[in-house]
Amino acid sequence: MNPNLHLWLIPVLPLLGAAINGALGKRFSRQAVTSVALLFCGAAFGMALWVASQFSSLSLPHTEYVATWIRAGSFQADFAFYLDQLSLVMLLVVSGVGFLIHIYSVGYMWEEGGYYRFFAYLNLFMFFMLTLVLASNYLLMFIGWEGVGLASYLLIGFWFTKDSAASAGKKAFIVNRIGDFGFLIALFLLIQHFGSLDFTTVFQKVLPFSPETNGAGLLTAIALLLMVGACGKSAQIPLYVWLPDAMEGPTPVSALIHAATMVTAGVYMVARSHVIFERAPSALTAVAIIGTLTALFAATIGVAQTDIKKVLAYSTISQLGYMFLACGVAAFSAGIFHLMTHAFFKGLLFLAAGSVIHALGGEQDMRHMGGLRTKIPWTFWTMTAGTFAIAGIPPFAGFFSKDEILWRAYQASWIYWLIGLSTAFLTSFYMFRLWFMTFFGEYRGDMEDSHTPGGAHAVAPEQPGHGHGGIHESPKVMLVPLMILAVLSVVGGWVGVPGSLGGNNRFDKFLGPVFHATAPDVNATQTSPGELAPPEKQTEGPEPKTGPATELIFTGVSVAAALTGLYLAWLLYLRRPQLPQKIARWLNGFYDMVLNKYYVDEFYSTIFVKPLIDGSRAILWHGIDQGVIDAAVDKSAEEALEVSDGVRHMESGNVRSYASWVAMGAAGVIAYMIWVALR
Amino acid sequence: MVPLSYYLVLSGILFACGVTGFLIKRNIITIFMSIELMLNGVNLSFVAFAAQWHQLSGQVFVFFVMVVAAAEATVGLAIIIAVFRTRETLNVDQVNLLKL
Repeated sequence: MNPNLHLWLIPVLPLLGAAINGALGKRFSRQAVTSVALLFCGAAFGMALWVASQFSSLSLPHTEYVATWIRAGSFQADFAFYLDQLSLVMLLVVSGVGFLIHIYSVGYMWEEGGYYRFFAYLNLFMFFMLTLVLASNYLLMFIGWEGVGLASYLLIGFWFTKDSAASAGKKAFIVNRIGDFGFLIALFLLIQHFGSLDFTTVFQKVLPFSPETNGAGLLTAIALLLMVGACGKSAQIPLYVWLPDAMEGPTPVSALIHAATMVTAGVYMVARSHVIFERAPSALTAVAIIGTLTALFAATIGVAQTDIKKVLAYSTISQLGYMFLACGVAAFSAGIFHLMTHAFFKGLLFLAAGSVIHALGGEQDMRHMGGLRTKIPWTFWTMTAGTFAIAGIPPFAGFFSKDEILWRAYQASWIYWLIGLSTAFLTSFYMFRLWFMTFFGEYRGDMEDSHTPGGAHAVAPEQPGHGHGGIHESPKVMLVPLMILAVLSVVGGWVGVPGSLGGNNRFDKFLGPVFHATAPDVNATQTSPGELAPPEKQTEGPEPKTGPATELIFTGVSVAAALTGLYLAWLLYLRRPQLPQKIARWLNGFYDMVLNKYYVDEFYSTIFVKPLIDGSRAILWHGIDQGVIDAAVDKSAEEALEVSDGVRHMESGNVRSYASWVAMGAAGVIAYMIWVALR
Repeated sequence: MVPLSYYLVLSGILFACGVTGFLIKRNIITIFMSIELMLNGVNLSFVAFAAQWHQLSGQVFVFFVMVVAAAEATVGLAIIIAVFRTRETLNVDQVNLLKL
């Protein structure tokens, strides 16, 4: 029997913080708001750490029941929390990175209006995200799923007086609804066919199924619908369009929600539903194809962007594509591994970009940066760690996770591997392009150097506005999270060193019990569906047959791709900075297409948005609202007016006309009586 | 014996004449006479029914109607004379103000 860990406290603590700051924060001082937000978020992180310390003594999966939520017939959904290796990893990543970004936000948002509102939303986000990763059934997970969408909407539109921010928030919310519709239908199917949404129950009932190889069937349908949901939340083709626009939010929000945690919820959901996906090979293939395409597609767009946050946004989409690819080739632990390292280095990159923007007083265009290496050294060094990590240069974190995914992708198909490799090259190229354009060369902006040593600015409320006093290093409260994340970006991958490099991939082994125990047994195809689960396999699952030497070669190739990207970026953006323009001119049409993000937004606008608006205008507004509803109201009023106008003449004020009415009435009564009598 | 319906038809004709006169005439004296005509049409039906059913209450009712009509005629004629003195007309359409 497991001890009661009170897992429910972990999400509820940030909710309390959100409630206090949201209700009373307006009257609090900034210091009070800060301490409330950090206290509750830190408490959640502390609880997560404590749970992790108790973890080895638990029998897994560990479920904690809190209360019954819905009971209808045989269906029941509880407020219950579920802890296994997968949710523990997510729990630590979300609460840890979330806490660091909370600290960073104190410095970044200090001079902004609506400070309390920002932290209330941020804490609210933590509540929903922790609910999402700890939920023990799909319905509770869906609450978290929708809740993080809400928090994301609120935070993208944080500067709601700016029109672009408000509409970006709406776009994110609406595009996510499309995905949620798939998710919801998948949930309905689960209820209909398995009578439950509880992870344990559903997976128990799914286990005896054999893989649906012909590409049609219940599990394939459920898996594909879940995938639609995941595509919305994790910004995959074709629903990725909201994420670049989401950069309208404050930078810490981009780091926390739109890079490190929320957008990975789709990957988490696919990994959590791996029992279903493993039995639907066609759905897995769809996931892999979508992931691969998204990875390459977003990476090519990232190459041409000039806004520092947009580059990172497209890079996030591309990296999420990698995670999808990993899930699609049934390498779930590799996907979660990349999710974790990505949370570290992409969180770091966004925060560092925020620090650059902060230093330059809100400048986001990389063409107006350059030469910042010496002016903001701490930001430079931490960003360097992040850049090397995402580019996949050993021994940084991204190298191990990306290499693992590429290797496992190669096991499935060389096409996945080839596209993945090209993406790795592009990733390295655009990230080093960003790095060189921002930190090297000549400064191309118009901001004066403030001559203050880096890190000298304490958090000071009297300092007016961002960026006054020239280029300056960010305060310590922003730099410390950067440093911690930088360290994690360096060492974070070492938990998953593959066998071919002398490690033993402890991360994969740690997650092993979650993923490998439930893989469909080949013999299970012969057993009748009534029989129970195939025997547990504690081994590495479908471990590649080829030897470590082959794997080493592949590792070498991907490192070479990363270094080529680095070299090209150096050549084009530092050594011969006039060259990119020549190439752009040379590739005129194609360059324009990439610069305009392949016109996808315009395409969607023509295909979906405009017909919808026009149709609503013509049919719903002019047709139904004006033609039926308004017309009915107006017409009945007009009719009443006309009838009254006719009847009005009876009231003439002339006594004799009244008398004649009376006489006519009497004559009518008499006629009626005669008619009755004669009948 | 004359059947009841004859009396009733005559009573109806008298009443209809009264109503018509009341509605279409402008002269206040004629209107006054039309009212008397209607009352007498009704009186006729009362006495006809009383004779038919051998009941006195109908005849008693007619006396009451006559008394009330006589009282009404005195008051009404007095008002008419007063109106004529002030307005110098007997046309009801011109007597449409309560106070002159």
